[in-house]
Amino acid sequence: MTKLLNNWRLALYPVAGIVVILVVWQLYTDLFGVSQIVLPSPTDIWGAMVKNNSLLLRETWPTLLECIYGFALALALGIPIAVAVANSRTLNLILYPILIATQSIPKVAVAPIILIWFGIGMESKLAIAFLVAFFPIVVDTATGLRATPPGLIELARSLRASPSQVFWKVQFPAALPFIFAGSKVAVTLAVIGAVIGEFVGSNEGLGNLLLTANSQLNSPLAWAALVWLSALGIGLFVIVVIAEKIFMPWAEGGH
Amino acid sequence: MAHANVQETGPAGWTEKASTLPVIGKFRDVRQEFLRKTGNPLLAIEEISFDLFEGHLVSLLGPSGCGKTTFLKIVAGLVKGYTGTVQINGVDVTDPHPDVGFVFQQPNLMPWRTVIKNVTLPMEIRKEAGPEATARAHELLKLVGLEGFEDAYPNQLSGGMQQRVALCRALVHSPKLLLMDEPFGALDELTRMDMHDLLLDIREKTGATCLFVTHSISEAVYLSDIVVVFSQRPAVIADFIEIDLAYPRTPETRYSADFTALEHRASRALGITR
Ligand SMILES: Nc1ncnc2c1ncn2[C@@H]1O[C@H](COP(=O)(O)OP(=O)(O)O)[C@@H](O)[C@H]1O
Ligand SMILES: [Mg+2]
Repeated sequence: MTKLLNNWRLALYPVAGIVVILVVWQLYTDLFGVSQIVLPSPTDIWGAMVKNNSLLLRETWPTLLECIYGFALALALGIPIAVAVANSRTLNLILYPILIATQSIPKVAVAPIILIWFGIGMESKLAIAFLVAFFPIVVDTATGLRATPPGLIELARSLRASPSQVFWKVQFPAALPFIFAGSKVAVTLAVIGAVIGEFVGSNEGLGNLLLTANSQLNSPLAWAALVWLSALGIGLFVIVVIAEKIFMPWAEGGH
Repeated sequence: MAHANVQETGPAGWTEKASTLPVIGKFRDVRQEFLRKTGNPLLAIEEISFDLFEGHLVSLLGPSGCGKTTFLKIVAGLVKGYTGTVQINGVDVTDPHPDVGFVFQQPNLMPWRTVIKNVTLPMEIRKEAGPEATARAHELLKLVGLEGFEDAYPNQLSGGMQQRVALCRALVHSPKLLLMDEPFGALDELTRMDMHDLLLDIREKTGATCLFVTHSISEAVYLSDIVVVFSQRPAVIADFIEIDLAYPRTPETRYSADFTALEHRASRALGITR
């Protein structure tokens, strides 16, 4: 009974929080006559979203692809590199400083250079999304592989498992929770990366739309693009969470 | 002083009754030093020699940190760098032997595998997975009273249930030799006594030879044909005790005078009583 009540609270409280903010926001802009350019009210933004629905939908597509491709590439390259770093001391010594160094370069600063290399099309955004998503995946995966309980590895050895069996049957599944933790961070970063890319130079995507609307002082549309961008980020995050539930059913109900 | 008893029993591990049985494990002058980063090496095992006869359940009894786990892992092929002779069926141990099952102190179950998949893991690794292996796993789970838990995940089971799954996993490939490292150490007294009878039952049914590590005197005496008492580190054999209590052993066995006398002898060898 109390559990049911708690579940209700779990759903109700966040929604209530958002509703309160929206109401206060609406009242503030209405009562004080705030200019639509400075701060559009929630109903202004809603209006812009309805009016520009097809435009927003069209511009979401390239941004979504940039994020997904960048994130997928980060997974495809990040996991093998993490495996190398986790299993070889030499490779670890060679690669880790490089990883840290590339990570400490501000991505906004390299974006213009990447634009020169890859042009104004999708490739440059994909590259920036990849760059920001890559690091958390490598670090978390390597941490997970190293954190494999030694007892499980010893058990596999006692069963005469080959090195590849030890990896696929023990290390990799043991690292999965870490890989998903890294992926959740990476996928939200990928959205930021794609938008940075679009800001620096692009003629499509939600980031580009936001910038254009802003320069035309069309704040409701800029905010509408912002809402869509957030929805995109949340949507991608939720997809990773669902994948986690599917691929790690054992985590259900435990700890 | 500790060596004196070894002399009394003649050639280590040799007994009149057992001498007719084939030897499955032969251990001579086994010595293990661990190299440490900080200074001098650590001598874990000084000298262990005895024979392990087929079908026997032999306990290695000794104080914490005396080298029991180390010895068992040497036999399992998991610890290298020992000197002396360690043979299973006449072959020197250098790697894990295919005919050996190992039960660790911790259940060491894969949390991402269901109970049945944990039990069939050894068969998978041997590339012998299939309906036969699954059927055998079901059979073993039934034997240890875990029927109906096949599709549960380890984190849904109690410690005792997890250790029973680990026991099934160690038995699934029908090993000739079962090595157990304080498998019931983390369990409460009642569960532990249940597990003792379960283990004796399994031994009866499978005919496997067992080498069982423990620091519990009563556990060693209750289970074993022979108790090998290890001294403090570095380990030597402090006593070699034949347990002349008839099988099947029952809870009553624990209260017989013979049982108490044997416990007393083991506790003297451990230096607890005089
Ligand atoms: N790999 C190792 N490296 C260094 N020292 C070890 C290693 N394994 C065990 N030891 C040491 O050897 C001694 C015996 O350990 P162990 O065999 O685990 O004892 P027991 O199982 O009887 O409690 C301990 O002092 C332990 O610290
Ligand atoms: Mg131990």
